[in-house]
Amino acid sequence: MTAVVMKGISKAFGGVKALDNVDFAVLPGEVHALLGGNGAGKSTILKVLNGVHRPDAGSIAVGGVALTTHTPEASRAAGIAMNFQEMSLIPTLSVAQNIFLTREARTARGFLDDAACERKAAEIFAMLEVKVDPKAVVGTLGSGQKQLTEIAKAISQSSKVLILDEPSTALAVSDVERLFTFLRKLKAQGVAVIYVSHRMDEIARIADRATILRDGKHVITAPLRDLPIDTMIEHIVGKRSKGLADVQRGAVTRGDVLLEARGLSGVHKPHNVSFALHRGEVLGLAGLLGSGRSSLARVIAGIEPATEGELRIRGEAVSIRTPSDAIAAGVALVPEARATQGVITAHSVAANMVMSVLGRISAKGVVNRAKAQEIADDMISRLQIKTASRDHAVSTLSGGNQQKVVIGKCLATDPDILVLDEPTAGIDIGSKSEIVRLVRDLAAQGKGIVMISSELSELLTACDRILLMADGRAHQMIDRATLDDPAEPDPGHRLQAAERQLQIEIQKALSQETPHG
Amino acid sequence: MAERATFLANWRQNIIYIGFVVIFVIFALTLSDKGFLNPTNLLNIIRQTAMIAVMAVAMTFVLASGEIDLSIGAVAGLTTVTVALAIAVAGPFAGVLAGIATGLAVGCFNGWLTTRIGIPSFLTTLAMMGIAKGVAMWISATAAVPILSPGYSWAFGGGSIGPVPVLLFWMLVAGALGHFVLRRTGFGRRVLATGGGETAARYSGIDTANIKFKVLVLSSSAAAIAGMLYAGRLQSGRFQLGEGDELSVIAAAVLGGTSLFGGKGTVVGTIVGALMIGLINNGLILMGLEFSQQLIARGAIIIFAVALSQKRA
Repeated sequence: MTAVVMKGISKAFGGVKALDNVDFAVLPGEVHALLGGNGAGKSTILKVLNGVHRPDAGSIAVGGVALTTHTPEASRAAGIAMNFQEMSLIPTLSVAQNIFLTREARTARGFLDDAACERKAAEIFAMLEVKVDPKAVVGTLGSGQKQLTEIAKAISQSSKVLILDEPSTALAVSDVERLFTFLRKLKAQGVAVIYVSHRMDEIARIADRATILRDGKHVITAPLRDLPIDTMIEHIVGKRSKGLADVQRGAVTRGDVLLEARGLSGVHKPHNVSFALHRGEVLGLAGLLGSGRSSLARVIAGIEPATEGELRIRGEAVSIRTPSDAIAAGVALVPEARATQGVITAHSVAANMVMSVLGRISAKGVVNRAKAQEIADDMISRLQIKTASRDHAVSTLSGGNQQKVVIGKCLATDPDILVLDEPTAGIDIGSKSEIVRLVRDLAAQGKGIVMISSELSELLTACDRILLMADGRAHQMIDRATLDDPAEPDPGHRLQAAERQLQIEIQKALSQETPHG
Repeated sequence: MAERATFLANWRQNIIYIGFVVIFVIFALTLSDKGFLNPTNLLNIIRQTAMIAVMAVAMTFVLASGEIDLSIGAVAGLTTVTVALAIAVAGPFAGVLAGIATGLAVGCFNGWLTTRIGIPSFLTTLAMMGIAKGVAMWISATAAVPILSPGYSWAFGGGSIGPVPVLLFWMLVAGALGHFVLRRTGFGRRVLATGGGETAARYSGIDTANIKFKVLVLSSSAAAIAGMLYAGRLQSGRFQLGEGDELSVIAAAVLGGTSLFGGKGTVVGTIVGALMIGLINNGLILMGLEFSQQLIARGAIIIFAVALSQKRA
């Protein structure tokens, strides 16, 4: 018997077809990867299965029983549990309260029993072999801990179908490993696991079969052994775009020093970091979560204060205390959290583009609309942003195009130095290589770029030098060229080899980490 | 280092209790010659605070769910009138029923407009404030309606058992019930979840519209009870009763640590917040300040207390 059968599912949002007659079936005891680019319909079909969205057409059966009511409660009663990408956590409640929300342990008299919930939560974390405090308030946790809470919430329902939507983002490598061990146990118990991830290496390791969606349509369902990574990517991106390995890095012309950090420290992180960024180069920051990459970016962009050391821009010491100081000094940040820190999604593309330059395009406090439109149109064509018009809300754009709006907003301030924090997070692989290419182009135009990414292949493609960070400190400056094996003719293989090499360096840096409070 | 941070955080969280004690001690020291510590005076503070406290308990739920109810003062006033009219026609029992019906009717209407039509509760209840007041003026022809039922007046706010006013029991019952429901029941948890993150709550299977509806009904019902207490205490129904109470009620809840943005709230804090407002009012009167000066001093104290409780980044 199949665990889930979805037949002919269609769903439209305001005329846009998010799902078009999609079939999807999952067997008990398998890990089934669901793949597709942004806007392919992955989250929509999961939300249909989970009862958040009602399908316009099609049928759903769970364990052979037709699912006719489409509410989260009905789906849960049918045995479906899902983690949402941090979307189902209430920041003001504790970890245990979140995990058991609406399914709280009760005392004999029917009142909430928080102590019992905390015990049960601790048991789940012990089973996963991870450390999360069940009493901690979720809003105070880092993203890795939140992610683990989401996962614990989904598995606490001991369901027949477990949906994991990008569970590994923000997780440390060791935690991903433990999660996989746990998933294999669940498989053995006959649980059907639907696994969504943008990371092909993970899919290759954990999944038995995969279904690929593109533009709201079903493309292929096949066992993983029939789907090498190249084939997967081909199906995901279609014929539109090429992979990362095809991005040309070209000859680097390093100019004079644009940005120099001397012994820079922040409140917690970074510690005593020094480096120099030249005109025309892309400097990558590599390291694991918590290595201080983002803190360093925030200190440079004036979002967090520097406590020690100095920043010099074009040879002059500068004091950057606020984001507007940074913008005035020619530094622009593309922040980590696109939706909350990068754009105002309800506002139009044009309104977002000019947000940082309102002063420059206003006369006597009145915004010059012609100038605003000119900037927006210029950026839309320069960055090839796919939007119905400059007046459409950013929320109507795909993730990759939203990210381009953030980059456009930064470029509008005409910065010399661009700091990009995880610019491709949650973006499909086609848009990823487009963004990486864009970064290369900007550097070629004479800007200096600092880029953070957790995806090593991306850093390796985009960067000229890579600063390896661990525990808030700079460990090593690696010249990108030294990671290449000139004997390897195939660019794809060469990139893989370089990635392995960089991975080894990161692990080395971790083992050198000095233990301290 | 970490311990000190926790202590500081708790210090801010608990400012209301510290503030209450500090203000009480200041008044006790400076106003002892004016009878501040006199039991009669202290019980008077309870009498003046009870209605605010009852409404503020419900307001804690409303704010914790991420909504607001501005109509409570006017609903309390309207209730005094409907109760008084019903008692005049059909006796005290009918009066109580009329009072409860008033609260439920207004609450259901507020809830319906907010959750089904989708008008923000700020606007729904702002409009309802005018409507309730208008209806009260209309059906009472803007005159006071006397209540000639000693039994009703005793039970609803006028009476006392020995030296202890009945109002104290109303306040304690409302506080204990509210605290328990918010902390220990599934409904309370759902209210906090709805205000803490509405999308997340919905994804977790909570019917957030239903929760908001219930919370607004709860708030109007509490306002109706406060109105019944006003009517009993003053033995009459008047549209002016309860006027402007919504601000004291919201201030009491916020002073007590309830977040205006939802997701956070404690009923115990709210009760202490209400008592603190009563305490300040009483002390300022005993100090002999003019009404204008009282308003300024009260506003300044509230701003100071809430400012102290804010966490700084």
